[in-house]
Amino acid sequence: MTAQPTTSDTAPDPSAQGAALRVENVVKRFGALTALRDVSLRLDKGEVLGLIGDNGAGKSTLIKVICGYHRPDAGRIHVDGQEVVLRSVDHARSLGIDTVYQGLALINELSVFHNMFLNRELRFGPLLNNRAMRRLAREHLADMGVDIPDVGAEVAKLSGGQRQAVAVARAVYSDAKVLLLDEPLAAMGAKEGALILDLIRDLKARGDVSVIIIAHNYAQVLDVCDRVNLLQHGTITFDRRTADVTLEELTELVVAEYRNRRKPSLRTRSDDPDPGP
Amino acid sequence: MHETVREGAAGGAGVPPAGQEAAPSAVRGRRILSMLGRVGTVLVRWREASVLIVALGMAVYFRASNDVFLTPDNLRNIAQATAPAAIVAIGIVLLLVSGEIDLSVGVVAALAPFLMHYAVDLYGVPVVPALLLAFGISAGIGFCNGFIVTKLKVPSLVATLGSYYFLLGVLLTTSHAYPAQIPEQARGRIQTIFGAGDWASLTWCLTIVVIFHIVLTRTRWGLHTISVGGNPIGATEAGIRTDRIKIGNFMIASVLGALAGLLEAFRINSIDPNIGGGTALVFTAISAAVIGGTALAGGSGTVIGALLGALILAELQNGFNLIGISANPFQLILGGAILLSMIANQYLSRLRRTGGA
Repeated sequence: MTAQPTTSDTAPDPSAQGAALRVENVVKRFGALTALRDVSLRLDKGEVLGLIGDNGAGKSTLIKVICGYHRPDAGRIHVDGQEVVLRSVDHARSLGIDTVYQGLALINELSVFHNMFLNRELRFGPLLNNRAMRRLAREHLADMGVDIPDVGAEVAKLSGGQRQAVAVARAVYSDAKVLLLDEPLAAMGAKEGALILDLIRDLKARGDVSVIIIAHNYAQVLDVCDRVNLLQHGTITFDRRTADVTLEELTELVVAEYRNRRKPSLRTRSDDPDPGP
Repeated sequence: MHETVREGAAGGAGVPPAGQEAAPSAVRGRRILSMLGRVGTVLVRWREASVLIVALGMAVYFRASNDVFLTPDNLRNIAQATAPAAIVAIGIVLLLVSGEIDLSVGVVAALAPFLMHYAVDLYGVPVVPALLLAFGISAGIGFCNGFIVTKLKVPSLVATLGSYYFLLGVLLTTSHAYPAQIPEQARGRIQTIFGAGDWASLTWCLTIVVIFHIVLTRTRWGLHTISVGGNPIGATEAGIRTDRIKIGNFMIASVLGALAGLLEAFRINSIDPNIGGGTALVFTAISAAVIGGTALAGGSGTVIGALLGALILAELQNGFNLIGISANPFQLILGGAILLSMIANQYLSRLRRTGGA
């Protein structure tokens, strides 16, 4: 189904029933700007897929299409073999797709545990079951090895890494089948970064969760992902198992594209479209 | 005393070297300081505390200046002045927390009793359905406000300024700017329950305070209201339907406005287009919300604070009357109080964010 020439040795099989998620020829425009030209990708069950690409290549837009935030202008999305039209973030969530956004989507004014259960609150009749949410939040964070002494504290008081950990924990413990992580390692220190990587490995070991990670650190991508896709100018141009690619190759791919583009006309990079929200 | 404070300050400023023998005055000073510190912590953590202290302090001051202040009759006056402002302020708090504002609720307050009057006296509708109709139309007005703000993307300040004038026009045109009588069928028990009873409006007010305090702090709706105002994009990304929350809060604010207006009409025993005094009721309510510690930026606010804010404003007006100060400097005090509480709010919220006391 991939219309794009890919240097893939695991060519996506359109009839693959083992795919947790299949995106076919998705197009997304914002006014005159085409953020996603023609994107097709496949995510197998239990697989961790690294999505790389330059700033403005459309990575975040693709994530937001898959999680139901943006409606694609064309193309199809299959979840668990079923074609679906994602009506909203809630709808995608109900299908088992959960997201950690680049902006984290945390509410500073709310406590850690309220954030962890945001829009999925445990209730006791009409009232919030704060005690249960507090306890579960504490357990989940402890399971992840995150050190947050007081889950009742406002998120505003946390460090960047702690905030990221809360956002990741929220998505991980939502019983998601497909987890989308938009730059989960961006604000992380070395220790917290390792923590998230460990967490992703744990998920992989569990085998029932499929993950797409956007990352800029290619070494980390090769370390934790099964497969890597390169998104360039709104389309996937490279798809290979991480076992069959080296860090140098990966870096060269991205840089070469930049050089090719620059040489003939000495164009600046400002022609790279930057999709707004 | 001076000595103690100085010593205490020195003791509190840094960790004393180990083995240092503390002088008795220094020990006392430190104890006082730690007590002050604890009070400070309470002030920072429980944000309504500072407003409560002001409200109580004011009661003490006015009681000292005039014996009448704390008599049952006068307390009832204060309660009757507090209730409508507090009821409207609660709706304003919900809107401010979700990052919006509504300037039209005061006119809704004036319009609602007329809606009941028209339904009963012109169309022969029984009183209870007429009341429900008044509430329903008010909710519809709130829905329109919310729709214009969320779907048509008009900032709420401008949108509700528009609906304020529009509704004022409707009110003055249909009533010919003349007051009307309470409908005959509504007299008696309904009038007593809806405001004419001595403590009716206060009872309504306190009930609504309790309900919406729980709604804001203990329900999903409250959590989402805070989320929508605190981080609109994040809330949307988390799947919260921000438009629905905002429209709902506009409807709540309008219905509470209508209730305040009906209570006032039944209490003063006349349906007067000047209920709410044009913008006075809204402005008093916004002042009460702000003095109570609700930030205009969205994401935080308190219902109990709004009640205390309304109480402070009622105390001020009533106390000034008793002492015999003219009504004119009241505005001066009100302006000062709003500015002061906003400055204090900024300072306290910064303290809270950095871990506080």
